[in-house]
Amino acid sequence: MKTFGGRVLFLDRSDINTDEIIPAKYLTEVSKEALAPYLLEDLKLEGFEQKRDIANRGVVVTRANFGCGSSREHAPWALEVNGIHVVVAENFARIFRQNMYNCGMLAIELSPETISALFEKFAGRETGCSLSLTPPVLTFASGADTLEAPFRLEGFDRALVEAGGWVDYADKKY
Amino acid sequence: MGKTTAEKIFEAHLVDKPDGETSVLSIDTVFCHEITTPIAINDLVARGKDRVFDPSRIKAVIDHVTPAKDTLTAQQGKIVRDWARRQGIRDFFDVGRNGVCHALFPEQGFVRPGATIIMGDSHTCTHGAFGAFAAGVGTTDLEVGILKGVCAFKAPRTIRFNITGTLRPGVYAKDVILFVIGQIGVNGATNCVMEFAGPVIDAMSMESRMTLCNMAIEAGGTSGICAPDMTTVEYLWPFIKDEFASREAALAEYSRWKADEDAVYERVIEYDVSSLEPMATFGYKPDQVKPVRELAGTKVDQVYIGSCTNGRIEDLRIVAEVMRGKKIADSVRVVLSPATPTVYKMALAEGLVDVFMEAGVCLTNPTCGACLGMSNGVLAPGEVAASTTNRNFNGRMGKGGTVHLMSPATAAATALAGVIANSSLYTG
Repeated sequence: MKTFGGRVLFLDRSDINTDEIIPAKYLTEVSKEALAPYLLEDLKLEGFEQKRDIANRGVVVTRANFGCGSSREHAPWALEVNGIHVVVAENFARIFRQNMYNCGMLAIELSPETISALFEKFAGRETGCSLSLTPPVLTFASGADTLEAPFRLEGFDRALVEAGGWVDYADKKY
Repeated sequence: MGKTTAEKIFEAHLVDKPDGETSVLSIDTVFCHEITTPIAINDLVARGKDRVFDPSRIKAVIDHVTPAKDTLTAQQGKIVRDWARRQGIRDFFDVGRNGVCHALFPEQGFVRPGATIIMGDSHTCTHGAFGAFAAGVGTTDLEVGILKGVCAFKAPRTIRFNITGTLRPGVYAKDVILFVIGQIGVNGATNCVMEFAGPVIDAMSMESRMTLCNMAIEAGGTSGICAPDMTTVEYLWPFIKDEFASREAALAEYSRWKADEDAVYERVIEYDVSSLEPMATFGYKPDQVKPVRELAGTKVDQVYIGSCTNGRIEDLRIVAEVMRGKKIADSVRVVLSPATPTVYKMALAEGLVDVFMEAGVCLTNPTCGACLGMSNGVLAPGEVAASTTNRNFNGRMGKGGTVHLMSPATAAATALAGVIANSSLYTG
């Protein structure tokens, strides 16, 4: 199983697509590691500076429909090789969400109200996020401020995370 | 209680239910291309599991960057080519016989009503035009599909779109789907199947239905679906004539995949498209849609015609109709990629290639290339493209470039005018 948690990168926008997460021109790489420098290179977001902002993060918090567009698993891989194993959003594009769990990573859905509360309380501040999987709870902390957010991790999603991904799970079972 | 097409397909392919909302389905056909498959192949090799569940149910093509443009893309092609040979995958389409996957595979007769199809490509939803459940997946799902012939999906909630009325001249399937996405938004059908029905769909060719279903993913849809009918049977007839005594018999068999009258939908949305105008996108999301009229006069640097959305013969005929006997504007360059070798040959035989070349169009081999800024017509920073493709994402066709999505007719008119223009300007 992967390790989850770390410094939070806040991306205050909905509909961040997979071309923004990893542009197609880098899809010619046949190793995941080669994608590392290009994560979020084409992100359209005021104030975002790619090189500065992606360094040393463990968790992304964003708005709705993260990972829409292409099916490229290079998007979760580009996050993974930068140490980001958790994305928290209002919802995800179906393929991106499945790709995250298939890689044994977490795509966590929280209510729009909780996401807004996270942005209001922590965005722009140095914020850490730690996770418990049993029961599933995210804990955000910055200085003396904390916020606990329970999340849903059940059934098939949980099984994939515990198995370390879909290939190992399917290979044993089917 | 009645069932939707997707529910019927799920029921017929169910292998396992690992939890209350997830179904593991048997997959009839796994499609592969050279961008997302090599990492799956390499991983299977590394795991000591370099095998496939059934070589006759895997179809592979090199289409995204072809012929290879550099060492990395040559290597991607080689990994797929060597694997296809080693695994005995006979339906492998290499340089010279290759075309854009979602145009090539239907043309080869690989898509049937009621089938389950996956591919490591988000526009796999295209094949739902045949009444199939066809979904784009990531490389891990693809890898498991190749190895085991299964894939997991959440229960298919379906949104039904009843498209009524009659399309005006100069308005096409592309305008309809851009309009629909504009209405429901890029997150409007997330985790849902988009079932398209009604008289406008009934009147559409298979090519138009593919254009429609192709962009379901741009609203977040898992698969587009059109019910199989006689148009579907006619398209498939050369491939199924030995399976059925008559077209009617084929239709009777395929009709069991049609949604029941009392099927339960997530939502039912009706659009009367009788007054719909040609549509185009602005901005960086496919739901940013306006009538072409409101964007008319916008200067473009490059027009691109092709892709899995609009590179089929029907599209090229429409382009030729607008361009016949005319020249493209001096200020633009036009790149046209017929989506498959068969489309290219038909365009030659019908004299369309003459029309394009006389107009000043650059014809390229069939490839995905320019649509995603990988090869074959990449934009420079600051440039604007008018394109018949499916995504106007930031930097999609080249870093710093802008893309306006539109129909082939509008793209052709734009090529002649040098600015975004309505095709009625040239066709009357």
